[in-house]
Amino acid sequence: MTATGTRRPGFGRGAAAIGLAGLLLIVFILAPVAQIVYEAGRSGIGPLLATFADRESQAAIWLTIVAAAIAVAFNAAFGLIAAWTLTKYRFPGKAALQALIDLPLTVSPVVAGLALLLTFGTRSPLGAWFAHHGVPIAFARPGIVIATIFVTFPYVARELIALMSDQGRELEEAAIALGASTWQAFRRVTFPSIRSAFVSGVLLCNARAMGEFGAVAVISGRIRGLTDTVSLQISNLYDDAQIVAAFTLAGTLAAIAIALTFARRLAAHR
Amino acid sequence: MSIVLAGVAKSHGPVRALSDIDVTIERNTLVALLGPSGCGKSTLLRIIAGFDHADAGLIRIDGSDVSNVPARKRGIGFVAQHYALFPHMTVAQNVGFALDVRGTQREQTARRVAELLALVRLDGYGARLPRELSGGQRQRVALARALAAEPSILLLDEPFAALDLHVRRELRAWLRELHERTHVTTILVTHDADEAMELADRIVLLEDGRIVQTGTPSELYAAPQTPFAMRFFGNANLLQGADHLAVYVRPHEFVVDDRPFAGSLPGVVRRVAALGWRVALDVYTDDGQTVNAEISDVEAQRLEPRPGSRIFLSPRHAHSFAAAS
Repeated sequence: MTATGTRRPGFGRGAAAIGLAGLLLIVFILAPVAQIVYEAGRSGIGPLLATFADRESQAAIWLTIVAAAIAVAFNAAFGLIAAWTLTKYRFPGKAALQALIDLPLTVSPVVAGLALLLTFGTRSPLGAWFAHHGVPIAFARPGIVIATIFVTFPYVARELIALMSDQGRELEEAAIALGASTWQAFRRVTFPSIRSAFVSGVLLCNARAMGEFGAVAVISGRIRGLTDTVSLQISNLYDDAQIVAAFTLAGTLAAIAIALTFARRLAAHR
Repeated sequence: MSIVLAGVAKSHGPVRALSDIDVTIERNTLVALLGPSGCGKSTLLRIIAGFDHADAGLIRIDGSDVSNVPARKRGIGFVAQHYALFPHMTVAQNVGFALDVRGTQREQTARRVAELLALVRLDGYGARLPRELSGGQRQRVALARALAAEPSILLLDEPFAALDLHVRRELRAWLRELHERTHVTTILVTHDADEAMELADRIVLLEDGRIVQTGTPSELYAAPQTPFAMRFFGNANLLQGADHLAVYVRPHEFVVDDRPFAGSLPGVVRRVAALGWRVALDVYTDDGQTVNAEISDVEAQRLEPRPGSRIFLSPRHAHSFAAAS
């Protein structure tokens, strides 16, 4: 049989599957994103800029950036340590710890927000203690940071655990036999081999941190201009029928998300 | 450096991986830890390296107890089964790693790396990445890397297992030559009896986490102390012997003829396989045993055995063991 005469088996079905996937992608992802951009831009550049000049919106953007930065830094460090301990050592309670890391993915963010409110609210001893020492957590910015950390907890750790458990301990053992300290083995051997997964996890964590709504909505108390993040502010603006402003902020979040998605692809291909 | 293991034992949970391991490895020798997979040989190597800890027993390197010395301070070179080359580093960076982490000056490291690459016959490969090398080349890079900091002990975990047969043969000869030159005390873990016999000064044979026998390759081959040791070094036929005796005969240790002779066992040839200079015969004896015998090609020309031929055989040499009751 000649190569030109053969037909790949199942090609017809493959084409149908690709077509269906493409259609779903357009309907559920591309169309809504395009709609956001269209709604934000259709009244021209003036109202668009006015949104960024608004003090409440500025405060929301600033709070989102700070909360995401702290959450990402925390979870990047935590993810590295957790993945390292879980994949390179054996200890009792390991399976439980692994399951615990995944918990924020399965718990509804609203439930997470409520749980944090109960733990850090002014009526709880812990919350009262913090408030007494001048760092109120519930209905304040620290609460937003904690909620963001909680929801984005698993992203870096999960990405690294999957890769590092495949890698095993061989490379680290080789480095240690060659005289490296644990830190040298980590910095010179382990980290370079997980760098792109780490970057990818950090970017995903950041995207998720900036977009968090439910958990933050519960614990922040939604004080405008003070504890509202961009996501909460979009909801406020929309409820106030400030459609252009709402879509401008939504478009900004979407643009950041798209940029992060492509950055992740780049990181994966390096 | 000499290595002494005394009463070493190790369990993985409820599984006994090693029991009562007593071995002395003289300095400058090459010793093989030999046994089937799961016999504990790799665990023992990892304990000597310091990657695993023994539950009991002592490990002395050159007289001093190293039980509490971490792996990085034991002065060992370790070559893992799949080489564990650092994939993001060049060959030169891999080989120089041990010197780098010790803070050796760059020029000095470069000089030593060049020296080592020449030693493993990979001059000019310094700038390559491990994935650009063949299996045999990676193996040699791993050895060069392990030798860089001048270890007093070289530990090799199945170093040739992942290689093609002819590359393996070539590297074995090369490793033996390297050992003659460097005289680093070397422990080689292998499941391949031929490899152990070809390379090692002494062999430590392990079964189920225990030492079965220790000796030179010819001692183990000529005077196996158990049926397991007998079978591990080549094929062996188990013949019906006198009461409570297991009698083993190696295939080439039969006298074979086409006529009956004193004490011969009559049988019928079932299968003939020409293996080059020797010919293997499967013989079904009249008393109901299946025996594998090997004769030389010269003898095969004389006897012309074919399936169905009448044949007579008698062991020239047999190994008897008290049968396990």
